[in-house]
Amino acid sequence: MKNLKSNLNKLNPYIFVLPLIITILVFYLYPVISTIIMSFQNVVPGETEFIGLKNYEKLGNQHFFAAVKNSFIYTIITIAILIPFPLIIAVFLNSDNCPGKKYFRAAFFIPSLVSVVVTGIIIRLSFAASDKSIVNAMIGWIGIPPQSWTVEGPYHAMFLLVLIATWRWTGINIIYFLSGLQNIPKELYEAADIDGANGIQKFLVITLPMLKPIIIFVTTISIFGGFSMFEESYIIWQGNSPNNVGLTMVGYIYRKGFQSGDFGMGSAIGLVLLVIVLSISLIQLRFWGFYKKEK
Amino acid sequence: MLEIKLRKKTKTTLSKVILFGAFFIITTVILFPLFSLILSSFRPGRDLMRFGITFASIQPTGLMFDNYPPLFFTGESNYLFWLQNSVLLVLFQTVISIFFSSLVGYGLAIYKFKGKKLLFAIVLVMMITPIQILILPLYKIMISLKIMNTYLAIILPFIISPFAVFFFRQYSLGLPRALLDAARIDGVSEIGIYFRIMTPLLKPAFGAMAILESLRSWNSYLWPLIVLRTSKMFTLPIGLNALITPYGNNYDLLISGSVVATVPIIVIFIIFQKYFISGLSVGSVKG
Repeated sequence: MKNLKSNLNKLNPYIFVLPLIITILVFYLYPVISTIIMSFQNVVPGETEFIGLKNYEKLGNQHFFAAVKNSFIYTIITIAILIPFPLIIAVFLNSDNCPGKKYFRAAFFIPSLVSVVVTGIIIRLSFAASDKSIVNAMIGWIGIPPQSWTVEGPYHAMFLLVLIATWRWTGINIIYFLSGLQNIPKELYEAADIDGANGIQKFLVITLPMLKPIIIFVTTISIFGGFSMFEESYIIWQGNSPNNVGLTMVGYIYRKGFQSGDFGMGSAIGLVLLVIVLSISLIQLRFWGFYKKEK
Repeated sequence: MLEIKLRKKTKTTLSKVILFGAFFIITTVILFPLFSLILSSFRPGRDLMRFGITFASIQPTGLMFDNYPPLFFTGESNYLFWLQNSVLLVLFQTVISIFFSSLVGYGLAIYKFKGKKLLFAIVLVMMITPIQILILPLYKIMISLKIMNTYLAIILPFIISPFAVFFFRQYSLGLPRALLDAARIDGVSEIGIYFRIMTPLLKPAFGAMAILESLRSWNSYLWPLIVLRTSKMFTLPIGLNALITPYGNNYDLLISGSVVATVPIIVIFIIFQKYFISGLSVGSVKG
């Protein structure tokens, strides 16, 4: 009897983590393995066959290069914007000199509550090609002719995508940085005041180093979000942008897998994406000395 | 001395004014698209289709309300179905994923058992794996389970959120062990300890994750796009996007539907602002 009870007690932890084990096996490991296998196959209903590296060879095409290029550029630009600017805004919002900070914090945050689809609809309508659309009217004031934004070319396309990301993510990152700022002990600044440090010195010597964990966190989710971007582009171009100006890696998986039904090639794209995201994330964490701290 | 003090005071007042002015301008620019969306929703859809949002369409005069009633009559659009699906899915998904993720996170924090380190390592890898790369096999699984076009298919693969597991684990590490031992001596079962003693202590964590998970579910797009097949099963994002067609005579529904899908969330946010912000903050600091 006692033995049975202690055996049950040993099982207890597994009852808690059982949902995780099932999820890992069925919805993570199996799909990962299945993706790896499919990437070496020609997947046709009924007669699936191994074709070696052919799916990967097929990746040597202009669409795939465009997708990789777009995903990289998008990730780099969004990180270059969505870390420094929210950080600076958060520092000012956090200072005692800022009246109305609650209102501003909320105002910055509201766009992140707007779903990507609605954001895309606002962008499509505001940047409509007609010369009367609000953006074309405004650039008309400074003498720029009306643009057909969504089909004009790669620069316009990237601008729209980055604009959506900036609009939707600035507020969230501000909240992250604010929460980090509030955890910095006030005494540090007081000590710096006594030493006669100015604002910029205090920012560089105290604020930035103390915010390092939050900066790492935001960079990691930005890399992840940047490379897995799909919705923003899909809403604007519905999966078919002219000359692939809006094609991303996930967009290419969707196009190959669900629009052309080529699961083999879709899986190959997915694996390349996985390798890229994992290696960049790990390099980034290493760069910050993340593993040293863990030891 | 007095002069210096005075000068310092005018200096801070000046910087306050500048800061306020700058933030006021920036936030006005940021919120402008939302106002333009709302005002333009009172204009005929065919004008929006032809010209987009224009300076004429954001005048607060001559508004017409014809775009709104068709949303709410099921004969004219499926909008009410979409709204219902979205709301129900947010509820189900949030409750289910938080419940299971908290169980797992708690289990990983409290107990010692074989394979614990491995499980936690996998959770960390899952956190930085874009789920988008797994959609092809996940889609095949849904087909073999014969649950395409159902709520179940949307919820099932994501009953565990790796981020929430990680978060609940970190949070549970800080739970008082003495309480656990005392309950064990009193003969409370392990599951009973979790439900009766620990859940109340985990409340802040539940709040934070509820906000994050419901936002994620409300905005989720790619997976529902793949799983949902019939218009009546669509969620709001999928349904709204389906209204964008090249032949579009749907722009009146598109814009009023966008407003109805957005404004309530903003109102909820403004009412519960404190919780949203602290939820997100806790999420990043602990995470």
